[in-house]
This record gives sequence, C-alpha cells and structure tokens, in this order.
Amino acid sequence: MSAKMFCQKLSPFWVMNRLVAVGHRNLSTTNPLKAQLTVRDALNSAMDEEMERDETVFILGEEVAQYDGAYKVSRGLWKKWGDKRVIDTPITEIGFAGIAVGAAMAGLRPICEFMTFNFAMQAIDHIINSGAKTFYMSAGNVAVPIVFRGPNGAASGVAAQHSQCFGAWYSHCPGLKVVSPYSAEDCRGLMKQAIRDPDPVVFLENELLYGIAFDVSDEVKSKDFVIPLGKAKIERTGDRITLVSHSKSVGTCLDAAKELAAQGVECEVINLRSLRPLDEETIIRSVMKTNHLVTVEGGWPQSGIGAEICARIIESMSSSSSF
Amino acid sequence: MLKIIRKSSLKSLLDINGPKVGHKSVINHAVNGMRAASVGAIRSMWSESAGRPRVQTPVTTGATDGRTAPPGAPGGDQFEERPQFPGSRSEWTQELRFVDPNSYDGIPVYRVIDKSGETSVHDLQLLDTRLDRDLLIRLYRGMVRLNQMDTILYNAQRQGRISFYITSHGEEATHFGPAAALDFQDLVYGQYREPGVLIWRGFKPDDFVDQCFGNRNDLGKGRQMPIHYGSRALNYMTIKSTLTSQMVHSVGSAYAYKRQQNGRCVLCYFGDGAASEGDAHAALNFAATLDAPVIFYCRNNGFAISTPTHEQYRGDGIAARGPALGIPTVRIDGNDVLANFMATAEARRICLEESRPVLIEAMTYRVSHHSTSDDSTAYRSVDEVRNWTQNDHPIVRLKKLLLKRNWFSEDEEQRYKEEARKEIMAAVVRAEKVMKPSVESMFTDVYEELPDHLRDQYRELCEHVEAYREHYPMGLFDSADSREK
Repeated sequence: MSAKMFCQKLSPFWVMNRLVAVGHRNLSTTNPLKAQLTVRDALNSAMDEEMERDETVFILGEEVAQYDGAYKVSRGLWKKWGDKRVIDTPITEIGFAGIAVGAAMAGLRPICEFMTFNFAMQAIDHIINSGAKTFYMSAGNVAVPIVFRGPNGAASGVAAQHSQCFGAWYSHCPGLKVVSPYSAEDCRGLMKQAIRDPDPVVFLENELLYGIAFDVSDEVKSKDFVIPLGKAKIERTGDRITLVSHSKSVGTCLDAAKELAAQGVECEVINLRSLRPLDEETIIRSVMKTNHLVTVEGGWPQSGIGAEICARIIESMSSSSSF
Repeated sequence: MLKIIRKSSLKSLLDINGPKVGHKSVINHAVNGMRAASVGAIRSMWSESAGRPRVQTPVTTGATDGRTAPPGAPGGDQFEERPQFPGSRSEWTQELRFVDPNSYDGIPVYRVIDKSGETSVHDLQLLDTRLDRDLLIRLYRGMVRLNQMDTILYNAQRQGRISFYITSHGEEATHFGPAAALDFQDLVYGQYREPGVLIWRGFKPDDFVDQCFGNRNDLGKGRQMPIHYGSRALNYMTIKSTLTSQMVHSVGSAYAYKRQQNGRCVLCYFGDGAASEGDAHAALNFAATLDAPVIFYCRNNGFAISTPTHEQYRGDGIAARGPALGIPTVRIDGNDVLANFMATAEARRICLEESRPVLIEAMTYRVSHHSTSDDSTAYRSVDEVRNWTQNDHPIVRLKKLLLKRNWFSEDEEQRYKEEARKEIMAAVVRAEKVMKPSVESMFTDVYEELPDHLRDQYRELCEHVEAYREHYPMGLFDSADSREK
C-alpha cells in the first residue's frame, strides 16, 4: 500500500476507536454552530432528494430495499419510495448492471449499487463496454446517465478479495467520470451532481467512512448543493509540501499535516474528490508553490493514481528543465 | 413411494485402491422411477389440456414408405415425421400452446426419513450397505459437533474475539450426508456454509478455530477472513469470497479429473442466491457439454441474506434448470441426512460411470442469520425460525430415528454433546493465546526468490516497526526471536 500503513490484523473495535478519534479531532476545531452529518446520511439524503427532484431516478442492487442496504446507505428509501424506485435484484452483478445500463439508455436514471466494488468486477464489462463507450460509439445518440456506487478500497480485516481499490482501473477509461469522495460534504455534493450528470459516473465510497460524522454548513444541507465533478478541494493550505490524496487517505493526510504543523511544517492537503477528470491544475499550482509532493492512496502503487499524478507533474510546466 | 424390487448386490466403495465400481443399488430403480416421474411431469406439460387430442398429421401419398416428402410438394405432406433441425428432439404440433411454468408440479422431493424418524425402508442396509448403526451414529455426532462449534464461535464473534463467523444451523445434514457418501479423494468446493464436510473428513477443532483467529497455526497464515477454511490434505478447496466462482472452478477441476482418468469426482456446493449469478449458468452448461464428473449441490435454504427465494427466481427452484441444460437432476429433502447420503452416492455413480454432471437441489431452511453481519429478525419472524427449529431440524430427525431403534441413549448423547462443547471451548481458549503470524510471513509463499521491490518493502517495514515499536503490538506477533524462546 502506498500509504505505508502497517497491515496488522486489526480488530474492528480498534479501527473504529481510531476513526472516532479522528471525528473528535474535527469537532474541537470547528464552529459550534455547524451541524454534524455522517457520510452515510450524506449519501442517503442526497439520493433521497434527487429521487424527489426527478422521478426517473431509481436505485437497484442487492439488499437495497427492505434490508435498507448492506451498509444501510439506502436506509428508509424503500419505505418512502416503494418497489418502483428501490429495487432488490437477484444476485448477479453482471445481470443487474446490464439491466441498469439498458434502463439508462432508455431514459431512466439508475443508481446501481454494488455491495462492494470488488464484486463489480463481475459487471465491469457493462460498466466499460456498455456504459463508458456507448455515447461515443453511438455518435452522441445514446447517453447513459447512470451512477455506479458502492464501497471501494480497504475495510477492516476482510482479506484480499474484499479490499481492492479500483480508482486506478476506472479512472483509466475515457467515457467514465470517476469520483472518490472523503467527507460528508463531498458525498452530498458529488452524489447529487453525479445523479444529475448525463454520463456514467463511478462513485467510489469507503466503508470505514460511512459512520464518520463531519461538520457541515447550512449550504451543504440545502437541496441544491452540488459540487462540480473534476475539481479538487484544498482541505488545508500550506507552503512547505503538497499532500495529494482521495477518499479515506485524505483523513490520513490531514492527521499527518496536524502533526507536522506542530513541528513548524505547514502542509497543503489536496482532496482530489474526482479521479476522472483529474484536477491537474490545482495540483500543479500547489506544487509550484511548495516544490514538494507526496501522493497518498489506498490502491496499489504500480499504475496507480500517484503514478498518474507524477507523470502529469513531469509533463507539465511545474517541471522545469532549467535549474 | 419407493418400492424394493430386488436385493442389491453392492461392492464396498471403501476400497479406494481398486477400480471405482458403481453399485447397482435399489436406489437406481427409485431414481429411475423419479426420473420417469419428472420426465412424465415434463412430458405432460407439453401435451396438457386433457381431452384435447394431439393433432396427427397423416402422411399422405408419396411418403407412405417413410420417406419425407419435400414441403409443399404437390400432393405431398407438409411435414416430415419429426423436425430435422440440428439437435432437435421434438415432435411437431399444430396447436399453438405456450408452456405455462405454473401449470405443472415441481420436481418431487426425495426423502428417506420422515419427521417422526420412520424410514421408507426398515433395513437401511438394503438402501446402501454402508448405512449401519455406526455410520448413523457418526453422522449424528458430526452434526452435533458442528452445531456446538457454530454456537460457540458465533458467540466468540459477538464478544469481539473473532471478527466474523457464519453458522450452518438447520443445514447440518447437507454437509454430512454428502460427505459420507463421497470418497475421501473426491474434491469438494464449498461456498461458505459447509464446514461439516471438513469435520467429517477430520479437520480438528484447533484447525477451525486457528483459522478463525488467524494465528500462526492457521493453515492460511491469517491471510483470509474467518470461515475461509481450506485443506489440501482433506481435498477441500479453500473457500473464496467471490460468490459462485466455485461453480465454474469445480467444472474445470472435474474436467481435469476426467482427462486424468483418476476415478475422482468433484462436489460443488452453492446456494439458491448464488445460483442467480452468471457463473452458475456457465458452470452448468459447461459441465454438461464437457461431460464433466461434477456433482452440483444446491443448498436451497430459502434466503440470500434477506432476499427470499420468491424474489430470487420464479421457476421451479434450481432443480428445473438441470434438465433444461441436459443434466440429470434430483431434488431432495435437505434436512434428511439419509436422503442426502443416498442421492450423493447415486450422483457419484452417475458422474464416474457415465462421465456426466449431476444436479442435486436440497430443500432446507436457513435457521441461522446469514452471518454475524446480519440480523434476520429485520426481515423474517422469530416464530418462523422457531417453527423450523422445533419441527423440522436435521439433527432432531436423525435423533428420532436412532432413539426409535435404540441405537443410542439420550444420556450417552448428552455426554457426547458436553464433550464436544468442551473441546471447542478449549480450542478457543488455546487459539486466543497463540501468536499471530510473523511479519516475515506476509512476504512468503509466492516467490521462489523475493524480488527487489518486495525485499525493499520488507526492509522498510522492519525499520519502521523498529523505530516506532511502542505503537505496534509486536508481542502479539510471531517472530524469529519469539521462536527461539
């Protein structure tokens, strides 16, 4: 793992305690008037509001309806919207992903949930060949306004087949938009934008973040709060070194930045938010300021997000040959 | 009802060195009878609507010698005797009738022991010579042991001692019946709810518990989630998390065995939910077209997490898919350990003698929650679960049979149960104290010689852990130092 985390056999309690600690840290430095919102509720409310706003939006996947979702992200939605808008499918990822793409082609706006993105490997043919490539191959005649969402990356001691990060794979493909949010604010704004987006969006969540509460402003809670895809956020400004990350690793970077600040080193922490399009401009501007860069990710190093960022830095004007 | 037509002449299948001779047992007649019944059921669905005669198209002038006249030939018949399409096995009909899948009964459910412990045949050795008192007691004790292990390890997860567990309450017969009917050399692919097969074959309490704790004694060196057991020695393929992949893998293995002509077959478990995956169809179809000696065994327990079977499929269960793909199929009462045994024994014979796959669908009920990550009270009533536990539980059913025949006493069994419980508990207490696998072991088992990038990573890791020792619970992990002590 590029984040250089020591992989011990972690008990869920140990991990949860650490993450609650992170949440508490956020609390102590923020405006007491701000409200708290968990990532799970951010996703849930975003989907709920978009389903209200547009009746063509619907959710399908395994256990999403009466069970409230395997990770409870779709909690209460079946009860509110019923069988027509929240659909439990038989167990076949390639089946329901294909059906979802077909529905999108016919004018609906499906939110297709994978219990984890590891299982989406069964469906990747439909995500890429049917989803990503169709708009171009149909000369702009057939759009696929679909959102594929689900937990991605490492969870807590669930072994190799449940822990892969697919950011690099999906962000490689033209025709897809790929989003990897960190905070509750990210999840709300990006989910709403992803649902409204006319193209296939791969929405990579993280299981360990679902229960984490973040402070959110009133603006974030408003029904029209959207975050544009393809724009990164500078979570913390600094001038000595740039830390670039996405998803859960953003939290790790913020922790590191806090520790380093105590030693007089100010880090600039960039939360990518989107992996495709990648906000190259924000990264380059930051690197030109700090001249130091560390990329942090939960995926494997070879052909990873960090590798892509390094390549772009080298090819950009931030990399000068005259020194 | 199954009738005994003749006494069987059985050869012992325990002779694992000799050629694999199938036994012509009485069950053959029963199976054939059932086959005929199901084929009859299927045939009847084609020529249903009682009272309406099938339209016979007379063969007219020019084709009385059986030769087919060209269609539309002047004075000739429009139809040949039977359709000549490639692969066709059908007759012609001039009646437009759609097959209504709800118009005929499902494939019948084979059962040996009824709920009161009575069997279809009193002398069980007429069904199969292996079915003596000793075997039945071993089966019973195996199921009890599994039941005890499940209860204890489920509680261990609840107490935070292990991270995850899956129980098999209510489905014990689906493990032990088939395991006992197979040869030790037959390869078993489980899905995740079949540890009884391992118990039957000799996996010890320590083996199970060490895997769940992921300690240094675990055969998998802590690299898998709990319950992902595997044992090369016991011919049990390691459980994988990717649902239904075991079905296609099992066909590949069976095909390899066929080519090797080694007299081994493969048993592949899967659930009613797993059967919806695309891999299931591919596996069944490939097994049929490759003539692979694999027994597909579906544990239809009514649920896939919270999804009940009526939302999983609309057809006649999974059994109906077998004949559709050319696979001999039987449906059995999954809570009847003897039905399990008999069906698997015959399935094995078909696989090896005829080199073709077999599909067994075992109807049962999932008393358990799906796993420790599930609370099934959210989607089904506690009463329903209690009803099945009290009125149709595989362990209770076999117990009734054994008590009726005075093959054991209640006291004996209470003592055995206590003994099994104590054994598992002791294993848990022991396993908890065993060290976790060493840090070095993370880098082993793949490369003959560790490549540079991994050697660098290992060195960095050791340096890091050394520098920040106080943050890492190294005392819990095995190491070269601790082994020297």
